[in-house]
Amino acid sequence: MPTAKEHILARVRANKPADRPLPDMPTYDAEVDLDLPLFTEVIGGSKGKVMAMEDLPGYLATNFPDAKVIASTVPEIPGNIDLAAVKDPLELALVDIAVLRGRFAVAENGAIWVTEKEAVIRVLPFITQHLVLVIDGGVVPTMHEAYKSIDIAETGFGVFIAGPSKTADIEQSLVIGAHGPRSLGVVFV
Amino acid sequence: MQNHASRAATFLKDDARTDWHNNTLWHVRSKRDKLVHGIPEWESIRQLGSDIKDNVLSNLDTYLEQFVAKAEANGVIVHWAVDAKEHNEIVHGILARHKVDKIVKSKSMLTEECHLNEHLEKHGIEVVDTDLGERIIQLKKEPPSHIVMPAIHLKKEEIGELFHEHLGTEKGASDPQYLTEAARGHLREKFLSAKAAITGVNFAVAETGGVVVCTNEGNADMGVHLAPVQIHCMGIEKVIPRAEHLAVFTRLLGRSATGQPITIYTSHHHRPKVGGEMHIVLVDNGRTKQLGREDFRNSLKCIRCGACMNTCPIYRRSGGHSYDHTIPGPIGSILSPGKDLKKNKDLPFASTLCGSCSDVCPVKIDIHEQLYKWRQIVSEEGHLENVKSIPLAGAGAVLSRGGLYNFMGKAARTALKIAPRALIYNQFNAWGQSRELPEVPKNSFKEWYAKNRKDA
Repeated sequence: MPTAKEHILARVRANKPADRPLPDMPTYDAEVDLDLPLFTEVIGGSKGKVMAMEDLPGYLATNFPDAKVIASTVPEIPGNIDLAAVKDPLELALVDIAVLRGRFAVAENGAIWVTEKEAVIRVLPFITQHLVLVIDGGVVPTMHEAYKSIDIAETGFGVFIAGPSKTADIEQSLVIGAHGPRSLGVVFV
Repeated sequence: MQNHASRAATFLKDDARTDWHNNTLWHVRSKRDKLVHGIPEWESIRQLGSDIKDNVLSNLDTYLEQFVAKAEANGVIVHWAVDAKEHNEIVHGILARHKVDKIVKSKSMLTEECHLNEHLEKHGIEVVDTDLGERIIQLKKEPPSHIVMPAIHLKKEEIGELFHEHLGTEKGASDPQYLTEAARGHLREKFLSAKAAITGVNFAVAETGGVVVCTNEGNADMGVHLAPVQIHCMGIEKVIPRAEHLAVFTRLLGRSATGQPITIYTSHHHRPKVGGEMHIVLVDNGRTKQLGREDFRNSLKCIRCGACMNTCPIYRRSGGHSYDHTIPGPIGSILSPGKDLKKNKDLPFASTLCGSCSDVCPVKIDIHEQLYKWRQIVSEEGHLENVKSIPLAGAGAVLSRGGLYNFMGKAARTALKIAPRALIYNQFNAWGQSRELPEVPKNSFKEWYAKNRKDA
């Protein structure tokens, strides 16, 4: 008896249409000068906030005065949890603020590439109440340049983050902070 | 017997809700338009999306083998399921091996299609849907009415009532912010205690062996990264050749679905976390059959954005439940007859054939043309309901004979003038129940033309 795999593949071979060529991927002209202003505008539309590194400590102190647990991989913001010592992701349940590195940003949609190298523990950028991403790789115009500049399989997990967590599942009313972070700050260095 | 028209009639009884549903979905369509118009190369990206999917369908076996080889090399355990039953047994088998009694799930139309929840619950496993809309309808014990906005048929007051009953929110409270916060707290507990997490898959990349999952809430990631066992369930048509093609599909998906430039989270899963286990279940369940239907195989290009629903004048004014199928709306109406023609024979008729669905489809599926083709098959195979087949047979007889057509036209013009109103607007004539005939002209166009042409 054929396995499910053999059965499915045999049926695909019997039923698939004649070969259609894979199209070439074109390049689109983007206005590179506009990348940072465009990114700032688009991420603003998704309730993310771009700021300078020198404003980050003030931003955190003003907006989250009650924050107790801070996870940080950025020297400018000292954290109070040793991420290297975390054995179980459940230990991160009480993180109030995570300040992590992002590789680079995408202007057209406000997305920021973060792999598990930057996240340290995969769940950290999701489980934290508030997230700040510090980007040292600049801004590319569109997703075409974005995917050209990364190897998605370089690490076991990678994610484009384009704002704080959100939902509109109740009457299409936008609510920020569905499951993940309630805010997103972005710093370019 | 219930059909789309009778279920739509039930939905339409509540005028205010129907108007709200109609306007809200149209608003989502308008948001899509605004974003799409901001991208000069939009039409060329749609064409690329369509062409890439054509290539995928014509080489699906090769891409699946490549994908699986890479995934297995990455340390992922891959399973193949011929149908829904095998899929459910595989997932249950994984959970049973790990003695899992609680799981969290993020949105997956495939697991809806396979009725996975019911299967697992039968085996004593607690299944918690974690997408807010999905959780709402799970508590309400209803199927989703939209593939992207599962609870779009419900008003906030109804959700407030439901949460009061199940989550202990204040009676009468209906503020979306307040209700979402309550769900956040409730679901966080579930995330922290789940031993396995299940997600759907938006795209699977043959070149790298990874799967891509898109959400706005971050619920798929919360589940997958906390639970020791992660399971990704996908239809075999979700595979795409290379990572660079994700650029095309991520540009198309969010804009088409909800009018946002990209979903908040676009997650790429390639290897299990340290100490964790990662499974991918590949499911056929009728897809290879659809692949063999020349006129309908294009429906397998669908990326499940829901744009065809938001734009459809019938969907917007009849609600997703009127389709009585996992995937409602125009795309559902071309997928469902392939699964069970007799049961879903009414769905290709739940359309005006206006073509708006095909116009907004990000991968250029000829949805309205396939609806028309399914109608012909429904008719040829003798599944047409009498209410359609008898008048159509009559019309066919009249339209094929010129003399008879002229006579019938004259007779109708006379009859409609003198016949009692109840003869046309009665319970047996579905057409007349919500429509008015135009005023009957004195003579036919043919007669008018003959007369006026002579006068000129």
